Amino acid sequence: MAVATPKPAVIVRGIVKSFGDGDSKLTVLKGIDLQAADGEIMMLVGPSGCGKTTLISIIAGTMNADKGDVEVFGEHLLKLKKSAITRFRAQNIGFIFQSFNLIPTLNCAENVSVPLLIQGVSARKAEQKGREMLERVGLGDKWRNRPNQLSGGQQQRVAIARALVHEPRLIICDEPTAALDAKNGAMIMELFHDVARKPGRAVIIVTHDNRIYKYADQIAQMEDGKIIEVHRVENGVPDLDIH
Amino acid sequence: MLGLALKMLFGDTAKYLMLVAGLFVATFLMAQQTAVFCGLMLWTTSTLKNVPAPIWVVESKVAQINETNPMRDTDVALVRSVDSVAWAMPIFAGIQRVRMPDGSFKVINLIGVDATSLAGAPPKLIAGNIDDLRLPNTVIIDDLAIERLSKNPKDKKAGIKVGDSFEINDIEARVVGIAKAMRSFTGGPYIWTTYERALQYSPPSRKMLSAVIAAPKPGVSREKAIEEIERVTGLKAYSNGEFTFNGEVGKHEFNTSTIWWYVKNTGIPISFGITVIVGLLTGIAIASQTFYSFVLENMKHLGALKAMGASNLTLCSMLILQSFTVGLIGFGIGLFATAGFARGALANQQPPFFMTWHVPVVVFIVITGICSFAALLGIWRVSRYEPAMVFRG
Repeated sequence: MAVATPKPAVIVRGIVKSFGDGDSKLTVLKGIDLQAADGEIMMLVGPSGCGKTTLISIIAGTMNADKGDVEVFGEHLLKLKKSAITRFRAQNIGFIFQSFNLIPTLNCAENVSVPLLIQGVSARKAEQKGREMLERVGLGDKWRNRPNQLSGGQQQRVAIARALVHEPRLIICDEPTAALDAKNGAMIMELFHDVARKPGRAVIIVTHDNRIYKYADQIAQMEDGKIIEVHRVENGVPDLDIH
Repeated sequence: MLGLALKMLFGDTAKYLMLVAGLFVATFLMAQQTAVFCGLMLWTTSTLKNVPAPIWVVESKVAQINETNPMRDTDVALVRSVDSVAWAMPIFAGIQRVRMPDGSFKVINLIGVDATSLAGAPPKLIAGNIDDLRLPNTVIIDDLAIERLSKNPKDKKAGIKVGDSFEINDIEARVVGIAKAMRSFTGGPYIWTTYERALQYSPPSRKMLSAVIAAPKPGVSREKAIEEIERVTGLKAYSNGEFTFNGEVGKHEFNTSTIWWYVKNTGIPISFGITVIVGLLTGIAIASQTFYSFVLENMKHLGALKAMGASNLTLCSMLILQSFTVGLIGFGIGLFATAGFARGALANQQPPFFMTWHVPVVVFIVITGICSFAALLGIWRVSRYEPAMVFRG
């Protein structure tokens, strides 16, 4: 029986990005081509300074590229106006940050409801959905708590709930386990694998943490501003020396 | 998102309280000091309020009521001779000293009014009878005198009352009435007597007349009467109405002329002005710096919101709401505290306090300006923040 090839959700073509001018000009991305498939988790790995963060910033529409094209679910982001990109991000992209970036003065339900509030959903409805999403990540009883009353693992679960609450089609994660110990990191990835990975949605994770490679479908290995290899994990977790 | 902005603001209790405190102090200092200044300026015109007459005629060089130059007694007749004048009466106004039964002296503002008409006598008595002023050696005192001329100022029951006596220039002065009056700028109580008796109470000099009070004939405007009095007599005539910023009208308005004299010739406005400016600077410094630091501390979260799709407009609206919320609360508390101060000041009749509707309106505009400046600082910072920065910690 033939295995269906997953259709691409994110297509990156020939992305070049430089910072600075003249002698101090530094080219961080040197012609990146990449495809992240629908329903799959792609991890971007590579040594510090290889351009991973710049690449996800461009894919997320938070930074412009000098050359190339980024297509996210059929939308050519680099051709959109700034306001349209902002709207696109609000509707289609969920973010998980390394340091969680939860707002300390809001309770968990309010934090989770933020993407819905940005979309213009009423506060009551958004908070209700936020509480439902907290249930899904196992923190239904903590909805009143503020982030500083939770452990690191729990805070990242709240961040996952926030990234998913508005049903985005692309989820961008920046070092989601970097601030967690091994046990919590594994727990977060198990949860993430269960709730985030589904058809119609792509997940791109930037990580240094080789303990979580097994949760990926694809691993794109970067070095010096280029993708040097893309590994399919179904063929076994690659032994990558990224340091 | 606006509700979120308020939760972020109220959640940071320390910064929130600091912002409110800064704007409260600014509001209180600006409103209270301006009102005390206005009250003090009003006190400079107390003689005009306590000696009611539509027109005051004074020596030609006089610019303010508390510094009148002596006039000839015949000037009363001269003013009476003006066609548009209905009546004109002499006024003596001078500072004298009262000798108390214990031998101490107190400064008073002595007013001498025409004995026949009693024009210029206090309009509102709280005790006694105005006609008794025609009896020998009698005076009417104001309510401040009850306290100032009593043997024991702290004991209100021991205050001077109708029937009591004291001495002015070794001549008996018997109290036959107590009037409600505005406090004087010099702090001494007002004491009314007849014009002739006022001259007896005062050390003699060649010219004793302080001013002539007058009224226009029915159907003649005050302005026309003033113009005619000045033209015919060569004296200076003023209207006794209300303070006005209108330059031309103000030149012939005695309250306005008096207040401007104090503004131009004393350091009082500078002193109060400095305090008001300190209030303004305190507000700007505390509110702007605290709000900017609040924005900087929240930059990571605002950046995350920006990355998640919040537009610059949304974030700016949040900052403006936060800034104006603390502004309104600080202004409200500041005005409430000013009202509390006013209540105490008006009950004790000091310090002077007079607040027109212009004061809170101007202070509100200033506080709005401070909040706008604070919000602009935050907006400037947030609008320059690239959402991609959020990935760089």
